[in-house]
Amino acid sequence: MSGHSNWPEWIYVAVVICLLVYVGAEAWNVERLVEHTPAEAEVIKVTGQQWFWTFEHADGTKEIGELHLKKGKPYKFDITAKDVNHAFNIHDYVILQDAIVGRINTAWFVPDKAGEYTIQCREYCGLLHYNMRGILIVEE
Amino acid sequence: MVLELQKPRPIWQIMFSTHHTDIGLLYTITSIAFFFMGGALALGIRAELFLPGTQIIADSMTFNRMFTVHGTTLIFLFLLPFASGVGNYFVPIMIRYKDMAYPKLNAIAFWMIPPGGALIWLGMADFTWYATPPYSAIRAPGPAADMWIFALKILGVSSVLGAINFIVTILKCKHPDLPLSKIPLLAWSFLTSSMIVLVAIPSFAAALVMLLTDRLGVTGFFDPTKGGDPIAYQHLFWFTFHPEVYVLVIPAIGMMYEIIPRFSRKPIFSHSSGVFAFVVLSIVSFSSWAHHMYATGMSFTEKTVFMIGTLAAVPASGMHVFNFIATMWGGRIKFATPMMWSIGGIALFFSAGAGGVANAAMPFDFITHDSYWVVGHFHLFVMGTIAFGSIGFLYYMFPFITGRMYNETWGKVHFIMAFIGTVMVFFTQHVLGLYGMPRRVYDYMPLPEYIVMNQIASVGAMIIGASMVIWLINMIYSAGKGKEANMDDPWGLGGKYYFPHQAKNPHH
Repeated sequence: MSGHSNWPEWIYVAVVICLLVYVGAEAWNVERLVEHTPAEAEVIKVTGQQWFWTFEHADGTKEIGELHLKKGKPYKFDITAKDVNHAFNIHDYVILQDAIVGRINTAWFVPDKAGEYTIQCREYCGLLHYNMRGILIVEE
Repeated sequence: MVLELQKPRPIWQIMFSTHHTDIGLLYTITSIAFFFMGGALALGIRAELFLPGTQIIADSMTFNRMFTVHGTTLIFLFLLPFASGVGNYFVPIMIRYKDMAYPKLNAIAFWMIPPGGALIWLGMADFTWYATPPYSAIRAPGPAADMWIFALKILGVSSVLGAINFIVTILKCKHPDLPLSKIPLLAWSFLTSSMIVLVAIPSFAAALVMLLTDRLGVTGFFDPTKGGDPIAYQHLFWFTFHPEVYVLVIPAIGMMYEIIPRFSRKPIFSHSSGVFAFVVLSIVSFSSWAHHMYATGMSFTEKTVFMIGTLAAVPASGMHVFNFIATMWGGRIKFATPMMWSIGGIALFFSAGAGGVANAAMPFDFITHDSYWVVGHFHLFVMGTIAFGSIGFLYYMFPFITGRMYNETWGKVHFIMAFIGTVMVFFTQHVLGLYGMPRRVYDYMPLPEYIVMNQIASVGAMIIGASMVIWLINMIYSAGKGKEANMDDPWGLGGKYYFPHQAKNPHH
């Protein structure tokens, strides 16, 4: 210490900590709301394998590479994988969960706009990882 | 010890030496060689991504091998050995001892790096630098994957040996008149980062052995079909490699602490707050590893805990930035090349940290995770902060090593081009991530925003590449033919500010 005051540094640290507390509290609050899955959400089983996605609706119908959902209805995804790790991602609806062998991860959403959206794999899974895509089709 | 290249010696005298500056020189030159090898792969990757579809790389397997070796090389064969090189040069001088505590162990630690590098480069594994099972355990093609595992094992042991040597040297061999609180911050940075290595590396070392036996088919630690848990690997891996980020960044900050006061012609604003921040960082670095794993299905409570742990590292990092700015404040700053690299590094460190705070917030992480945002974010640390600090420090060491000056103008051109290139590549990649482009992809959808962003990034990468060629020519030419440096004051700062020349360790 060269005899000068360190007060500016501690004030600065206090300001930084206040900002961090704000970010942390806000993130905690938003995540708490986001994770609250509505009870009436329809379950879709999602299975990732090298290098495509399989979807199973609640009534037992299966789709490969394409997923047809109805606009305005809540859906819950039960996500798992068959061979290696993948990550199920619908970027436009901020759905992202790893698909892990032997585990079921969940995510939910309500499609609010009709149209086609890209489903992709976000976790490296080998040769054709870059091309492991599907289409989400939201119908009226 | 100075004038390594002015008094020519046969190369075997340097290679078989155990003197700390010779080992430092070997570390430095080896790491720079790997920097250019890893950087060449990066240019290949960026050229491939300039447009959607196949450009210069024939198939995705080659591409996957390239980015795996790129990451592994630049972390384990450039950043870590370069820091060790700097530590070998300066730590014994700064604590006023004749050499490292264990000179032979030091030589062994260095000579483990070339075989490790050879295994990585001859194997060309494809499972990314974090080798996550089950892919790495059941699908990744051998022998590349097994060679990578052995390479990382060797490099891990080398790190631990180096860390033990630094800790013993600093704690046990420092001059009795020199209290620990008064040793320069560069030496403090090696003390704290070596402590992290000792605590962090063992969990990955264990994971590597388990991964190897899984690959051999005798165990199923990470193979769910045999009752194993792939998430366990991720915990073991990140318990090592999140602290490892601080192992890389702390010495780089130490290097900036060496450069900034001298070129500002002012003492450090607060030596004690620098020490405090190093120690705090080395502790909180262990509280945040699972923020890499929010999307693996962690519970809300786990995520909250690791978010708090991650945010806890920010005030200490901020203290370093504050210390740098307060040191420069009111100083007579000389914008020589090492100073420009340090200031650029601090600016990018701040940007990377701001991105990191956003990333740590749980809901936002689900937008950015495993997207190009993450690539841009951590490259702002490893390239923008750590490599910038390291390159600046190499310019700073240059007269000390060679007795000659580098070309100042080309040094500044190198910095300006590299800074512009770094901003073009890695800031753009943040935006790409927000658009949802996944990382580690050989090809991408031909959306106009993807194409534009990738092209900006690729052009930026080529600018960085060109600047590094300028650097290489400048270094090689100046080492032989540069004008002789005034060893008392190479930058004309007013003599007493150039630390390295004040103490010399004769060869013994």
